[in-house]
Amino acid sequence: MFSKFRLVWLVAGRELKDQFRDWRVLAPMIILIICFPFLMNEFAKQTVDFLNQYDANLILDRFVPFSIMIIGFFPITISLVVALEAFVGEKERGTIEPILSAPLDDWQLYFGKLLVGVATPLVASYLSIALYLILVMRQDLNMPSFMVMVQLFLLTTAHATLMVSAAIVISVQSTSVKAANLLASFIVIPVAILMQGEAVMLFWGNEQVLWLAIAGVMIISLLLIRVGIAHFQREYLLGREIDVINLGWIWRTFWINFIGGARSFGDWYTRILGSSMRRILPALLAVAFIAGISVWLGYDWIMVNVSQVIENASPERLEKMGTSIRQMPELSNLEGSISAPFLFMNNTRAVAVIFLAGLVSFSVLGILLYMVNIGLIGGLFAVFELLGMHPWPLFLAGIVPHGVFEIPALMIGSAVALYMGVSIVTPQTGKSMGEVILELFADWVKIFLGVVVPLLAVAALIESYITPGLLLSVMTK
Amino acid sequence: MIETHDLTKQFHDFLAVDEVNLSVDAGQILAILGQNGAGKTTTVRMLTALLNPTRGWARVAGYDVVKNGHDVRSSVGVLTEQHGLYMRMTAIEYLDFFGQVYSLSAAARKIRSDHLLEYFGLTEAAKRRIGEYSKGMRQKLALARAMMHDPGVLLLDEPTSAMDPESARLVRDEIARLKSSQRTIVICSHNLTEVEALADQIAIIYRGKILLQGTLEDMKRNVLGASEYEIKFSGAWDSSRVELPKDVETLSRTATSFKVRVERPQESNPLILKALSEVSAPVMAFQEEPRTLEQVYLKVMAEAKGRENVQ
Repeated sequence: MFSKFRLVWLVAGRELKDQFRDWRVLAPMIILIICFPFLMNEFAKQTVDFLNQYDANLILDRFVPFSIMIIGFFPITISLVVALEAFVGEKERGTIEPILSAPLDDWQLYFGKLLVGVATPLVASYLSIALYLILVMRQDLNMPSFMVMVQLFLLTTAHATLMVSAAIVISVQSTSVKAANLLASFIVIPVAILMQGEAVMLFWGNEQVLWLAIAGVMIISLLLIRVGIAHFQREYLLGREIDVINLGWIWRTFWINFIGGARSFGDWYTRILGSSMRRILPALLAVAFIAGISVWLGYDWIMVNVSQVIENASPERLEKMGTSIRQMPELSNLEGSISAPFLFMNNTRAVAVIFLAGLVSFSVLGILLYMVNIGLIGGLFAVFELLGMHPWPLFLAGIVPHGVFEIPALMIGSAVALYMGVSIVTPQTGKSMGEVILELFADWVKIFLGVVVPLLAVAALIESYITPGLLLSVMTK
Repeated sequence: MIETHDLTKQFHDFLAVDEVNLSVDAGQILAILGQNGAGKTTTVRMLTALLNPTRGWARVAGYDVVKNGHDVRSSVGVLTEQHGLYMRMTAIEYLDFFGQVYSLSAAARKIRSDHLLEYFGLTEAAKRRIGEYSKGMRQKLALARAMMHDPGVLLLDEPTSAMDPESARLVRDEIARLKSSQRTIVICSHNLTEVEALADQIAIIYRGKILLQGTLEDMKRNVLGASEYEIKFSGAWDSSRVELPKDVETLSRTATSFKVRVERPQESNPLILKALSEVSAPVMAFQEEPRTLEQVYLKVMAEAKGRENVQ
């Protein structure tokens, strides 16, 4: 086992040596490591002076952690070049074939490159952060707490792992360094947006959510590494010389998988769609299990958090809330305002968003959105209970009639997203990443059009024309 | 050591290699000839377990290229089309790196790299960055890399390209030496003289398909027909007086020479000489018309293109 890892270190060591002999990689890194902390420190001084005028201590407390996060991020973006050209750069320079012809396993080669790709920006980031902390200590600025420092350390590590693992995937799949560099925007921009969200959490001071963010980023990073290894094929690294968008091939691949050789619509619906449905069955069982957890989590969260609000509310306020809920004969008006097409479009969009979110995150974000949607049921149960109402009649009248169609549609839509995510991170011998994605997309379209859309259409009709009446009759009793 | 059966590689709509059958024993050199893009490199890449065949199979050094890719890669030394050197490394570092990849001990790496560097005349430049090397030096180093682990099978794509005549000779000698040490060697080359000098077997590949395969002598006979001989006289002499054997065809006559085509030289040549001596012909020379691999290659290619145009 040790000898197998020895080869990982060997590949990494050579790569590292190569980098440190290239002043074009070293110079900007050194400049960033040294200059940026000083710039940030100067900016911090100005900000402190400005905020002190308004006694904004809360923002001041959070400013140093925020600066650390930013300082950690910049060296990563520059060092990303190293990861981006890990494979495609070697291919362009013609050095890839001898190393691919050597007795190295795919994972050894991949991890060797990944190790250097992650280590280089991390070392640069840590050095930069360390320098900034020295500067902070020399001033009258509050140092972050130990826990926040741990979070920032992990967050920087998570960012570097996420960006580098994505860059290596791009490097394996690209046919030129130029194309890889252009695709880097798809890494830097989402991570920059992610960091804005994390910055909000830092200023908000919600450590619990920040931990979740760190965990989320690390999970996606690990999935990206898995994707990279799953789709690392020597053949594709050598075989493809130029990027050609072959629309004909894309359409043919999709259509062949969508139609699946069906002889008629009935044949397609029973045999081809049936086969796709069977494929997602394990994923469907998984989302059913996740549904149970989500309902419980939604119920529990409301019970814990909202009950505190209710405890602190005055009796008058509570009475007012109860009355307003009971006095819901206005529900009869909803028949006109919430139309079936509106409900249908809204639910269809929700399933499509779950698919898209799943597609960009190997199903992680898609499943999170699904959990939020399903979790609402548990949340509603809890709200009614807290308000002293009987939840079951409300549930049976207000959710079950259309939910019988809507919830399975949501579950099936989410199961396809989960299936896609799992399939993308699973090695598919003899198929390019593009082929795998097109086949999965064809599966999704089949199930979406053949199962999800009809179910949501029926659900929308029931929710628009039957549910309000049933709910009204229950609530007015 | 190398055996393929209906080895085929298809990239989407493009058939790169079409049912190639090869068999190369230990101590033999096979040369694959063909135009650029004919499928030589794709064949070599399949033999190195870099590309998976679409159909057919190949065994290299006793290992299946699909099932035992790792073992195949351990057993072969590959000189790729592009030398593929790391420009910021020194030759010593480079050979040591590949020695480690092939799991050689530190002592073996030292002995082997010292030997190869000396053999290829790179010892003095061994501590210089490869980026400073000339094209020929780079090619020699790439060849040294392919030989670093002393492999049983060598796959060499254009082994002497960009080399000066002296170095090319050195490499040819080394290949001949490796052949004599029972190694199996496959060479892809455009240098027909080199192939003539080294190869035991030759395969001419065109659009992924092997058009002709065999020894050089077989190829000459099959493609260019029976051997031709020229008989030169010391002065003007009437060659029509000579009674030639029945299977010998006269091709041309001049006042001082004549040319014949002989189907079975071993049987007919002594009879021709006897006929000449009987009429006291003033023979100055009796020599076989030189026929080169180039003639074979060009004729085979021309015929293939002709067939293609007809189709």
